[in-house]
Amino acid sequence: MLNRYPAWKNITVILVTVLGILLALPNLYGDDPAVQISENNATLTATTTTQVEQALNTAKLPYKSAVLNDNRILVRFNDTDTQLRALGAVKKTLGNNYSVALNLAPRTPKWMRAIGLKPMSKGLDLQGGVHFQLLVDLNAAVQTKLQRDATDIRGSLREKLIRYEDVSLSGDAINVTLRTPEDVAKAKKFIGTEYPELTVTPGSQPNTLTARMSPQNIQQLRQLAVEQNITTLRNRVNELGVAEPVVQQQGGNSIVVELPGVQDTARAKEILGATATLEFRLVDYGANAVLAKQTGHIPLDDQLFPDKAGNPVLLKRDVIVSGDQLVDAVSGYDQESGTPDVNVTLNSAGAAKMGEVTRENLDKPMAVLYIETKTEHTTVNGQAVSVHKKVYTVINVATIRGIFSKRFQITGLAQDEAQNLALLLRAGSLAAPMDIVEERTVGPSLGQENIKQGFYAALLGFVLVVAFIALYYKIFGVIADLAVFMNLVLTVALLSLIQATLTLPGIAGIVLTLGMGVDANVLINEHIREEVRSGNSPQASIHAGYRRAFATIVDAHVTTLTAAVMLFLFGAGPVKGFAVTLSLGILTSLFTAIMGTRSLVNWFYGGRNLKKLPV
Amino acid sequence: MEFFHKVPHINFLAARKLAMGMSVAVLIIAVVSLAIHGLNFGVDFTGGVTVQVSYPQPADLRQIRETLGTAGYKDAIVQNFGTPEEVLIRLQPKKGVSGKDTGSAVLTALQKASPQVKLEQVNFVGPEVGKDLATKGALAFFLTLTGILLYIWFRFEWRLALGGVAATLHDVVFTVGFFSIFHLEFDLNVLAAVLAVMGYSVNDTVVVFDRIREDFRITRKGTPFEIINLAVNQTLSRTIITSGVTLLVVIALLILGGPVLHGFSVALFVGIIVGTYSSIYIASATALMLGVSKKDLMVRVKEDKKVDDMP
Repeated sequence: MLNRYPAWKNITVILVTVLGILLALPNLYGDDPAVQISENNATLTATTTTQVEQALNTAKLPYKSAVLNDNRILVRFNDTDTQLRALGAVKKTLGNNYSVALNLAPRTPKWMRAIGLKPMSKGLDLQGGVHFQLLVDLNAAVQTKLQRDATDIRGSLREKLIRYEDVSLSGDAINVTLRTPEDVAKAKKFIGTEYPELTVTPGSQPNTLTARMSPQNIQQLRQLAVEQNITTLRNRVNELGVAEPVVQQQGGNSIVVELPGVQDTARAKEILGATATLEFRLVDYGANAVLAKQTGHIPLDDQLFPDKAGNPVLLKRDVIVSGDQLVDAVSGYDQESGTPDVNVTLNSAGAAKMGEVTRENLDKPMAVLYIETKTEHTTVNGQAVSVHKKVYTVINVATIRGIFSKRFQITGLAQDEAQNLALLLRAGSLAAPMDIVEERTVGPSLGQENIKQGFYAALLGFVLVVAFIALYYKIFGVIADLAVFMNLVLTVALLSLIQATLTLPGIAGIVLTLGMGVDANVLINEHIREEVRSGNSPQASIHAGYRRAFATIVDAHVTTLTAAVMLFLFGAGPVKGFAVTLSLGILTSLFTAIMGTRSLVNWFYGGRNLKKLPV
Repeated sequence: MEFFHKVPHINFLAARKLAMGMSVAVLIIAVVSLAIHGLNFGVDFTGGVTVQVSYPQPADLRQIRETLGTAGYKDAIVQNFGTPEEVLIRLQPKKGVSGKDTGSAVLTALQKASPQVKLEQVNFVGPEVGKDLATKGALAFFLTLTGILLYIWFRFEWRLALGGVAATLHDVVFTVGFFSIFHLEFDLNVLAAVLAVMGYSVNDTVVVFDRIREDFRITRKGTPFEIINLAVNQTLSRTIITSGVTLLVVIALLILGGPVLHGFSVALFVGIIVGTYSSIYIASATALMLGVSKKDLMVRVKEDKKVDDMP
């Protein structure tokens, strides 16, 4: 019979509708401003929760709830003002060892969370926070590695008694000059086995060798450098205390960092961008550093560095212990003097070396050399270029008072210096220097304003469209409205399901698909009207109307989908968000306009003896 | 309620030469403006810094400009953003100060002059990123155009495909030209809107094409001119309703969407109007001029479907 739907189609429509409503539901509840407390190394207990509650009560800050879950305490508040003040109060009570961060906690009921229903997450433009894009200087990573190899080879050749004249780095090649052809053969064999990633070929001059990295190895090294930088950035972001940070690779050499809710961007930048490491070296107290600087005659085993005040200090070339042998670093206060310090713990190799050196050099001075990579922007021939410069500072010179190995303190720092140094040492060093090439900061109130405006605009547009369609197409218009509404619900459901991030362009994409959905319904209803006008029976008109609109709707949706997919593949950032919502919206619009409305129409009118159609 | 109780008989295509001539003239103006003025690119593309701040009272723009001038940012563009209290500042980083520190430097300078100023938003885009974005945008545009060309070619016929691409190109150049002529800021959101206009324009064109194909197949007599005119008239009601309804939503975005969505809404508004026009006067007229005829659109493969396969 005409216009009857098989049961499975009706069941599909009902099932999808129910599922869609269920998945979209969590988005109706909104968020609570919250403060999130976590600890990096230990588990949180109920005692901490009580401590937090007491702190809030003392400060007379009303809170909705404080719950310990998944090793983090989430304290919910009524407004952002209380939330901000609570952040300060909790930080003050708990001290440095906890990470306390601002967060937005979804207000979804327990049963929804229990079955894994989650709302869409909001983008930074709707929530407030900072977005950074960092460009990794990969050539520097390759250079550093070759530099290290060259130094290593020099040392190893000396150890193996292979006589060499020079080992130097030029461009991406390590050039080794040896004394005799026998040495060349020995060196070639040795380097070939010890450094498999280097390809050794005879050099242009007699008795020389050239070692290079293969393109594949360079590629691998670059990828590893980006990955190590990502790991380091994650550690640093965790140290910063951000609720739900995003750190991910974008393209070959970029890293995107998103920190929702972060207010203090200056500190965030300082911590993210810094590449710092430490070296412990002995001071050459026998030589006169000021004189060495004036005359330029620096003893062969020494190097000249400035201290914090700019005065020259002569240090031995030999590094006792460097930053990568460090296990932990915690900032605190010196027990005797009460001044800020950093408590350092070394690994066993570092501890052994430190023990040996301190035993041999009791009562002699030792220095802490702080090495920081800074980025400078200059313009060369109209092109913006960033140059990475290593800045060396002797931050501390102290007399070795006793033999120590595994644990010791660095003193002579200001409080924030001690905190930053400990943080940077803990969070590891970067494999390659990075530069912030994009930064977007959105204040939290602006986020609220954006979401409000986008929402009201979309709502008004929606109401106007619904009213017009119902007026214009009567009952069929109401059915079309239902379909467009379901289109909205299903799009939101899919976005929640894939946990997409909703941004402002994303909202615009949703609004646009509502337009597409309306168009599909208009096409159907216009075709039905046309059939009625040409004198067909109501049932035949419905049937033919849907049949004829079908091909057009599919064509129109597929072409728009083509555009949306291209946008997704080649667009960046916000354009991608727009493309995702648009693509999903097109798919749901196809479903609701064709199958959804048809099942309603069939159920309403199918198989009945109709005189006239309310279209 | 109905706008057209009967299928109207408007001789749209009679004016096709006039319309095409006008379109070409407007496009030439658009291209000339693009060549001379270029686009007023936002920092998303040029690189640079934008700082958005708010004051408790209506902001004194002149004083802000003076403050920034003393701080060394003489070329800063200072304007209201949405409300009199909100201010948007666009500037290029000073020599010696890296782009990422410029935001805080500007805020510090403003705070010295008036302590109640609040930071709302800072964007810093490095020149590399902007260039990358422009390249990607252009790439997305051409690939989308190619995708549309191939799809219409595959589903319809090459003359219609060329007509469709001509219409899409027309709409994009017109919209981008509009932004150039009126010196409106072209940022990332506007780029997204232009790409959405492409999608809308194609959607609209395909609906008309579908009807042209159907009419070519079912009418026995009539010249291509008459048949295309008929198809345009038959789809007129739908065209007006869909465009009208979409414009309604866009107008809501334009009025209530706030300053962030303003450029986006303007681009969509312009794009939808020209997109509707181009479906008739560019897409269909181009296909007609290229000599599309009945035999080009006859059924090649049997498209005979059973009723139950229909959704």
